[in-house]
Amino acid sequence: MNIDITSLKGGERAILALRCLYQRRGYACYKMSKFEEYDFYAQNRDFLSSGDILTFTDTDGRLMALKPDVTLSIVRHARIEPGVVQKIFYDENVYRAPRQAGKRGTFREIPQVGLECLGAVDDGCVREVLSLAAESLSLVAESRARVLDVAHLGVLSAVLDRAEPSARPALIQCVAEKNIHELTRLCGAETDTAKYLRALVGDCGRPEEALPALRRDLADCGPALKCLEQLERILSALGDGADFSGEAPLSLNVDLSAVSNLNYYNGIVFRGFIDGIPAAVLSGGQYDRLMERMGHAGGHAIGFAVYMDLLEPLGFNTGALRGPAEGRGEGH
Amino acid sequence: MKAVSTGSMLSIALPKGRLGERVYGMFERAGFGCPGALDKGRKLIFENPELGLRCFWVKPADVPIYVERGAADIGAAGRDILLEYGPDVYELLDLRTGVCRMAVAAPEGFRDDPERTLRVATEFPNIARRFYAERGRDIDIIPLRGSIELAPILGLSDVIVDIVETGTTLRENHLHVIDTVAELSARIIANKAGSKFKGGRIQEVLRGLEAEIQ
Repeated sequence: MNIDITSLKGGERAILALRCLYQRRGYACYKMSKFEEYDFYAQNRDFLSSGDILTFTDTDGRLMALKPDVTLSIVRHARIEPGVVQKIFYDENVYRAPRQAGKRGTFREIPQVGLECLGAVDDGCVREVLSLAAESLSLVAESRARVLDVAHLGVLSAVLDRAEPSARPALIQCVAEKNIHELTRLCGAETDTAKYLRALVGDCGRPEEALPALRRDLADCGPALKCLEQLERILSALGDGADFSGEAPLSLNVDLSAVSNLNYYNGIVFRGFIDGIPAAVLSGGQYDRLMERMGHAGGHAIGFAVYMDLLEPLGFNTGALRGPAEGRGEGH
Repeated sequence: MKAVSTGSMLSIALPKGRLGERVYGMFERAGFGCPGALDKGRKLIFENPELGLRCFWVKPADVPIYVERGAADIGAAGRDILLEYGPDVYELLDLRTGVCRMAVAAPEGFRDDPERTLRVATEFPNIARRFYAERGRDIDIIPLRGSIELAPILGLSDVIVDIVETGTTLRENHLHVIDTVAELSARIIANKAGSKFKGGRIQEVLRGLEAEIQ
């Protein structure tokens, strides 16, 4: 069957282009049910970006939920084999009530395209996923300036280990807000913890500038330095084979204020931004702690999602409009 | 009507009222003013094309919404508004103006009876709820939109959670502060995504404002 790609809407073409990209790179399509038992999400509510869950009662009386998240379901049903990395991608809708300026919003159907690597994930796999995240941004908006912010949560964890456990949530919030004045008030201006957290917030930018500054400012914080070394190792080889080109270049930034839920995420986390869109359009990271919580002890995982609803302002007058048929060289 | 895009201009959301005018004064003295911004006309948006700046006045509680949703790149908001709504934005600078506090006030002679639910009148239900939840106190929030001091006088509430500047209004109504919830002042906030693309210009404005802080 021949499909005239110009008959597709911009969003559909973008989704198709992303699906083709992931398939070309050896990722298998994962199809899941729209529903899961409510209890499953209720038990993992703090993993969800919005705690609200849309429920209904099934014909057998079970309380069900329209899935608010894809990763949770994938990890729950994954079969992890030693030494093997499962590579999957998905194109699914999730049902959430996003918060706006602290107020509960109403439920919306949100289309997401993303991928996950589960199992024997190593540095090479992390690099591959970061490259695919960068390429995904370029595919949907190559004519716009794009930024991929990368962080290592181990650096923040190492610094927070020095603070009182009761103070940590407030400090994490300060880091996420780049709120140096409040952070200084909470820690005291002259303490090492304040000094390190200020570095986390302030030393951001291109890796060749940010990483030496972080190494200098965190020189006395051994565990943080080890994580920085891993971040540097991964980023230094990232350009090899990655397609960062486009009409406007993609900037790779180190920004350690990109905080994710530390109960689930660890290691490398990242967010993608497109000029003119007021929120991160792509978000991902390593989530070994979620794997452990779901019974896959010792298993590693990394993945990301592209929030297709946020791309609407683009009108999709981008590389995606060329569609996979016109090619990035490989047919399907 | 065509929507105004933030484009290459740096858009600034300012809160209407005394605090906003004070903050705008700091922008102006730092060399980041927009001509006509303080005129009492019907114009809504003020631009300084030479500096690539645009500013507009909105209700104080709406500043975080404009910034969070990217209609403004940066904005000035009281910490009370930020604590109440918890927007997902960067909080980059404490302007140390509009300094006051969020406090619990009660009628003179008030004694809290822990066996009763405490009735709390406030314009800031989220802040009040968090404050008492941390103390394990059972409360009944009475959300009001102004003249909060009236609530305990008329027996509508036991205490109020409100902004206290000098304490004069409280004293005139025989109320007094029994607890401080948070210290407040005006803050500069920024859209997280916008900061990735206009970070240099935002830093330039912040450096200028820092020099104006008393």
